[in-house]
Amino acid sequence: MELFGIFFAAFLINNILLIRFIALCSFFGVSTQIGTSIGMSFAVIFVMTISSAVSWVVYHFILTPFHLEFLRTAAFILTIAALVQLEELYMKKMVPNLYRAMGIYLPLITTNCAILAVAFLAIDYKYDFLPAMVYSLGVSFGYSLAMVLFAYVRERMALAPIPKWFQGYPIAFITAALMSLAFLGFTGMFGL
Amino acid sequence: MNLWKDFNAGLIKENPVLRLMIGLCPTLAVSNNATNALGMSVAVAFVLIGSNWVIALIRKVTPDEIRIPIFIIIISTFVTICDYIMQAFYPTLYAALGVFVPLIVVNCIILGRAEAFAYKNPVLNSILDGIGMSLGFALALVSIGVIREILGAGSVFGIALFNPTVAATIMILPPGAFITIGFLMAALNKMEKKVL
Repeated sequence: MELFGIFFAAFLINNILLIRFIALCSFFGVSTQIGTSIGMSFAVIFVMTISSAVSWVVYHFILTPFHLEFLRTAAFILTIAALVQLEELYMKKMVPNLYRAMGIYLPLITTNCAILAVAFLAIDYKYDFLPAMVYSLGVSFGYSLAMVLFAYVRERMALAPIPKWFQGYPIAFITAALMSLAFLGFTGMFGL
Repeated sequence: MNLWKDFNAGLIKENPVLRLMIGLCPTLAVSNNATNALGMSVAVAFVLIGSNWVIALIRKVTPDEIRIPIFIIIISTFVTICDYIMQAFYPTLYAALGVFVPLIVVNCIILGRAEAFAYKNPVLNSILDGIGMSLGFALALVSIGVIREILGAGSVFGIALFNPTVAATIMILPPGAFITIGFLMAALNKMEKKVL
């Protein structure tokens, strides 16, 4: 039940894009087409789960025993950058189909702040290993949900008559505001 | 003259937030009141100016192939310093900014300026570029913070202007951030067309 609560809170109530405002560059950058937004979402689910597991281990088994907690910023970002490279090499060799599907999104992920943020937040919330995994899964599913929904809206919006000054990014932000309003409706569900 | 141009570019013409659309996450997340917005701007300015300075200083001895990891280590050093200073001297501000302080390390503005400017220019120009870009970032961030705080809480920097019960609370909640930046960009588009 507790794990379900962690998952649900990360998935909808504290949606990483629309409520927490993390990883917005990718939210506005790759959401112009449904195809690219789906590719990016899968890449995020994949990388986020692995990297938060590895950074949890790095923090609790390398940094904490040696009292090097102050190095966490540098340690996490280097871990993630190295990990993304390794994953890319591995996928290219072992699962070329999957690699072709999300290939170009993988390098972009190093600079996706959601990955780093989840690593930090799992430490800040003092989660154990399993809750940390559930939390990062919840966050990445929440990311995908918001991303794909937003891409659907933006594809339809391309055909809509929009006032001249609002075309492009301004109207995208206002659309995001309406979606964020809808997500605020989940607040307080299940007493979370 | 050239120095002035390096300083000036970041303010309006290449404003990182409203023009280049980078550094959005902290802009929207911590702009729910003017004080947090100012605190975040100062933190980003410290890291940006510091990392621009060091990167410009060592650019001649930096091997081209591994420049990005070197930039990241320099930036994360400054972020860690900033993190610990804030934690020690401004605990309430640190609690309000939360995870966004360590996340400055992946703020695209900082790595972007390192790669696009500091790695190619002398120290003085790089520092001025850092100051200009930080001011541009602060301008966008603080104006969003002020607008949201007035409309959403009826105050500026914590000083009450009118009765908060008539204020639109939605403006200090997450949707308010998206609405404010959307309208601000539309206004900037309109102003620019008029000037040209």
